[in-house]
Amino acid sequence: MLKFIGKRFLQGILVLIGIYALTFFLVASTPGSPFSSERAMQPEILAQIEAFYGYDKPVGERFLTSVGNILHGDFGPSAVYANRTVTEIIAESFPVSLKLGSISLLVALLLGIPAGILAAVKKNTWLDYVPMSTAMAGICLPTFVMGPLLALVFGLIFAVLPVAGWFGPEFVVLPAATLGLYYAAYFARLTRGGMLEMLNQDFVRTARAKGVPEHMIVWKHCLKGGLIPAITFLGPALAGIISGSFVVETIFQVPGLGQWFVKGALNRDDFLILGLTVLFASLIVLMNLLVDIAQVALNPRLKYD
Amino acid sequence: MRLKISYRRKMQMKLVRHAVLIMLLGLGLASCGSREPATDIAAREGILLWGNGTEPKGLDPHLVTGVPENHIISSIIEGLIAYHPDNDMIPAPGMAERWEHDPAFTVWTFHLRDAKWTNGDPVLASDFVYSWQRALTPELGNQYAEIFYIMKGAEAFNKVETKDFRTVGVKALDSKTLQVTLNGPAPYFPNMLKHYSWFPVNPRAVEAYGSIGDRQNSWSKLENFVGNGPFKLKKWATNQEIEVVRNPTYWDAKTVKLNGIRFFPIENAGTEEVMFRGGRLHLTNTVLNEKVPIFKKKMPDQMMIEPYLGNYYYKINTERKPFDDPRVRKALTLAIDRQLLVDKVTKGGQLPATGFVPAGVPGYPPSDRAAFHPDEARKLLAEAGYPNGKGFPKTEILVNTLETHRQIAEALQAMWKKNLNIHIGIYNQEWKVYLDNMKGGNYDMARAGWIGDYVDPSSFLNIMTTGNGNNDTNWGDPRYDALIDDAQRAPDEKTRFAMLREAEQIMMDAMPIIPIYFYTRVYLKDPRLKGWHPKLLDNHPVKYLYFDGQRVTAPKTAGSAPKPVSTASATAPAQ
Repeated sequence: MLKFIGKRFLQGILVLIGIYALTFFLVASTPGSPFSSERAMQPEILAQIEAFYGYDKPVGERFLTSVGNILHGDFGPSAVYANRTVTEIIAESFPVSLKLGSISLLVALLLGIPAGILAAVKKNTWLDYVPMSTAMAGICLPTFVMGPLLALVFGLIFAVLPVAGWFGPEFVVLPAATLGLYYAAYFARLTRGGMLEMLNQDFVRTARAKGVPEHMIVWKHCLKGGLIPAITFLGPALAGIISGSFVVETIFQVPGLGQWFVKGALNRDDFLILGLTVLFASLIVLMNLLVDIAQVALNPRLKYD
Repeated sequence: MRLKISYRRKMQMKLVRHAVLIMLLGLGLASCGSREPATDIAAREGILLWGNGTEPKGLDPHLVTGVPENHIISSIIEGLIAYHPDNDMIPAPGMAERWEHDPAFTVWTFHLRDAKWTNGDPVLASDFVYSWQRALTPELGNQYAEIFYIMKGAEAFNKVETKDFRTVGVKALDSKTLQVTLNGPAPYFPNMLKHYSWFPVNPRAVEAYGSIGDRQNSWSKLENFVGNGPFKLKKWATNQEIEVVRNPTYWDAKTVKLNGIRFFPIENAGTEEVMFRGGRLHLTNTVLNEKVPIFKKKMPDQMMIEPYLGNYYYKINTERKPFDDPRVRKALTLAIDRQLLVDKVTKGGQLPATGFVPAGVPGYPPSDRAAFHPDEARKLLAEAGYPNGKGFPKTEILVNTLETHRQIAEALQAMWKKNLNIHIGIYNQEWKVYLDNMKGGNYDMARAGWIGDYVDPSSFLNIMTTGNGNNDTNWGDPRYDALIDDAQRAPDEKTRFAMLREAEQIMMDAMPIIPIYFYTRVYLKDPRLKGWHPKLLDNHPVKYLYFDGQRVTAPKTAGSAPKPVSTASATAPAQ
């Protein structure tokens, strides 16, 4: 198992290096500069600023410098936000995203997985149709519709929850619900599919013939295998949910990472884009590694190798 | 069959029962949740909740250029001259108690009052010398350094032609007297000084965290910040809020009525609107265009529409065919029904732009050259060789990606089709790509906007001189350049305005730009907020603001500012 983890870890590092190089050169070749604005700058002033951030050097040299800096843990300054470093920006917004993300994921799992199991067990009854149609609607209904809708109903009409902001526990409810419901829908459908596949297996028919009670069949024999599709999705879902949903953060004014992804790209804030890309890629690599380990643990047909 | 129906019935009943249960639950939640809006609590406590657009790029007055930054910086730092509460043309005393000038309006002397920085230092004339030297230090890369070029020797120092700051026209005659020498007469100089580029920074604070030319100097971070304004920085939570509280050591603290301001960086106009209606904001940054008519009808006392010193216009690349012919440019301008456009498309009370300098500058009414004359437009187009639009080459309008820009472009496209029978295409580009192409002259016609830095025609006309970095049209006229230059040395205000008017008419005859409308500021405001007046530059000095029914309180000590979600404490702080 250690060998398996070690191998995957090395693979992950290679993937990260590849992603970093690719992003760096893509960003470098994108038109537009972090310093351009509607108001023209004196060329002399622009030259000074470019020299400060190293933009006067050739791309190859800039790449090597940036790799060197990252190995020392320095992701550089933000080219747009005066006297802030990329590390500071991430350190400030990551905990927010982590909090919102983990609560949303909890919501998604607690709603989605039971709903999926129930739907599979009570196939083709209203216990299947209602949650599954809701889930389908949940997947189709984008967060930018769901968010304002929840804000309208619970924030303005019933006025029980704050409409936006991030100042205390009650502010987490609506964004977490918006994000959570969306992922819950996915989990519900994946779990239902996985469970149905298991319930149709030959060994289940044998078990039923032998008179094993239905709850034992579901809990003991099918659940482990039935959850595999959902667990496979857990990795990317967790990374995606933590790195923040730009839409949800914007609607509810949540100071998380998602806003920085978009601001970084729009401002052509190269260092920020690179720092966030490294963070996001590492998260995905890490999550996939954990999912791989979990999958082998759950699926007896797989082995660590 | 019968069995099936009865089963469905049962299910329906069950569903109805569930629905009723959920509704009851909702009502229960609603009844227990009727709490006092945050805006009510804050108004009583004298705390302004302000939707401020976006996260500031920084709070260092020499490193930022934006409007949200201006709102915050102007509340925590004060320059020599301050904003007047309701008149754009009157310079109000700030750090300078009084000032005088020589008869030529070229040498200005400012007498500083006894004022303190928040770290206890006195504000000295030498602080201004240091600050302006910093603003002009080439390595710092101050994007607004150009505004200082009015000062003698400033341009040469900023462009590294000399390293000796003593060649620049600013001197501390003694600890409280500052003397400024300009390139030429500038009666409007005090009004220019209101701009935050001219604000002082505390030299000791700056030097403690880096050198004078260090862009990454951290003096302006929350924990290091030193200011001298009516408020001081208390909290800075990125993408969340910036809070300032009353500064007890401010020289005019008795005038300051608010106890604090909380600036919220809300970029999404929809979110902002919901927060305003949900009782979380007293002021919004903007209002969605399509909502303006509804709010105007439903909440007229909260919907604010005020003139703003800005021009929305199209730049024309005068080197490209067919726009190299002034008659074509003129035809396009005269074929636009601007009144129809502002009434039906922009809807925010904008004024049709008939010239380049917007309406509102006292003594300088807008030019009338860009009016709606479709017949003359057709005639000009025919003269240029395109009778009834025949043979007009394929051209396109470049706009940056935003729905409103496209709507306006489509309206103009339709007007040109109808009035001139020519088809002009539209394409949009992402902001930074659009900037690259516009600045590089890679366009036929491009959407643009310009907001004045100070209330004076020169703030607009200066950018259209030959080769100016903001001109971008490849147009230039030596007569225009000479007039703009000579106006800086005009003997009096009347002559200066006449010269600027002549210059503007030269440009309007050549029409390298198509003026479209003069901007308005459109936002929502809590009617209880007083001391807030319409301002052409949207500068509302915060020290005069207060709330109707605000409890009279002594200056609050740090840490006691109320949170909007907690129930307000009823105890007034002791004196």
